[in-house]
Amino acid sequence: MKLGRSVIVIGLALVPLGCAIAPSNDQIASQATAMLQASFKATGQAGLDRLNQDETQRVCSELAPGKAPAKEVAEKIEKLNLATIRYPADGKLLGDWKNGEKIAQEGRGKQFSDDIAGPVGANCYACHQLTPQELSFGTIGPSLYQFAKLRGYGADTQRYAYGKIFNADAFAACSTMPRFGHNQILTEQQIKDVTALLMDPQSPVNK
Amino acid sequence: MPDFPRRGSWLVALLTAVAIPSVLAQGSAVDEIAKYRAALQDGNPAELWEARGEELWKQKRGPRQVSMEQCDLGLGAGVVKGAYARLPRYFADADRVMDLETRLVWCMVAQQGYTEADAKKSPFGNGNARKSDIEALVAYITSESRGVPMNVSLAHPKEAAMYRIGEKMFYFRGGPHDFGCVTCHGEDGKRIRLQDLPNLTKLEGAQKAYTTWPAYRVSQGELRTFQWRLYDCFRQQRFPELLYGSDASIALTMFLARNANGAAFDAPAIKR
Repeated sequence: MKLGRSVIVIGLALVPLGCAIAPSNDQIASQATAMLQASFKATGQAGLDRLNQDETQRVCSELAPGKAPAKEVAEKIEKLNLATIRYPADGKLLGDWKNGEKIAQEGRGKQFSDDIAGPVGANCYACHQLTPQELSFGTIGPSLYQFAKLRGYGADTQRYAYGKIFNADAFAACSTMPRFGHNQILTEQQIKDVTALLMDPQSPVNK
Repeated sequence: MPDFPRRGSWLVALLTAVAIPSVLAQGSAVDEIAKYRAALQDGNPAELWEARGEELWKQKRGPRQVSMEQCDLGLGAGVVKGAYARLPRYFADADRVMDLETRLVWCMVAQQGYTEADAKKSPFGNGNARKSDIEALVAYITSESRGVPMNVSLAHPKEAAMYRIGEKMFYFRGGPHDFGCVTCHGEDGKRIRLQDLPNLTKLEGAQKAYTTWPAYRVSQGELRTFQWRLYDCFRQQRFPELLYGSDASIALTMFLARNANGAAFDAPAIKR
């Protein structure tokens, strides 16, 4: 795909547009970066440093819509992100599913308009179905209803669920899901609580 | 003046009462919301913004006490009919690609004598508490393109470059949540909660979305412009605050407007 794009760019560059030559893909990319820096202001908790991409963001921004990255690229991104996952020192991955439900419902947090001392949620329902009681759920991510009932309640599934919430790109490169632990959106306790929402046999998700 | 926020609240109450009793299965809740949206089309308070905008356009205002009727929106001084369907575009007098809102600010400064800070002082209104002149002007000018096919040109090299930069920005993922425009607007048939998301990478989605902004937002009791749409998307993306009329906002607008080419413009619309 990278190669294909370069060929197209070279092709474009050879076609005169009036008297101007079309800028290369790299030129457009660097103009876009500079333009972004000049087009925002730091407000509240959202500084301009948020416009600086890490390697994962940079690579994933090159993808065509709905397309997964090439195998080698995906493996590299997943390895890079897998290395960031920190499991709780006490070894306990499950918190309180009732708190997990509140975190799943909460949409505030990290916006420039949000109180920095206010709640920070995971907003899971924006993209996922979870409990059958909540009808207002989005469909950007898959349904997580009966998450553990379908996959089992064992230690491996717990570890997978915790790790996925901590850093989704470790398991699916360029996932649309935020990396809640890696980017310090949620605390360790909050991740435990959301993991419990998915994994606890008493959670309505598994009813 | 009628009390718009109250009317908005009343409609929201109607939505809550009619559309989402907890006993309904989700499929029928979605159907009910579709019915509610259809019912909204009967009357659009945006007309009040359009009327105020037309007055503001014709009134002698600003330090120089001139009207905006000398403002060239791209089709010649004072020509409003069909102008929005061809924006953004390159303006030689400003040597810059501009969307409608940037152009209005430019005319307010260059012709009416306002300072740029004054012209940009209140781009987004807040019901009756704070009215925005730009929102009203945008409502009027866009209404004069209703039914006109979108026809945005990339003939000028600066227009072509803006389109390509805007495309880059659409796919740019960043911030603490790794979000970009494409996160929510890159696939068919997706929703946030119960809100349908247009796929802006496909012709049909781009056309339907772009041609229905600006819009009267019932939930806010306000007419919202395309600059506001981008501003609030970036807020929810957890980006810093988008500057009004910034080049990034124009580049993205250029990308989306051009992708809507061929579709009849159909706004100001009314949305939840």
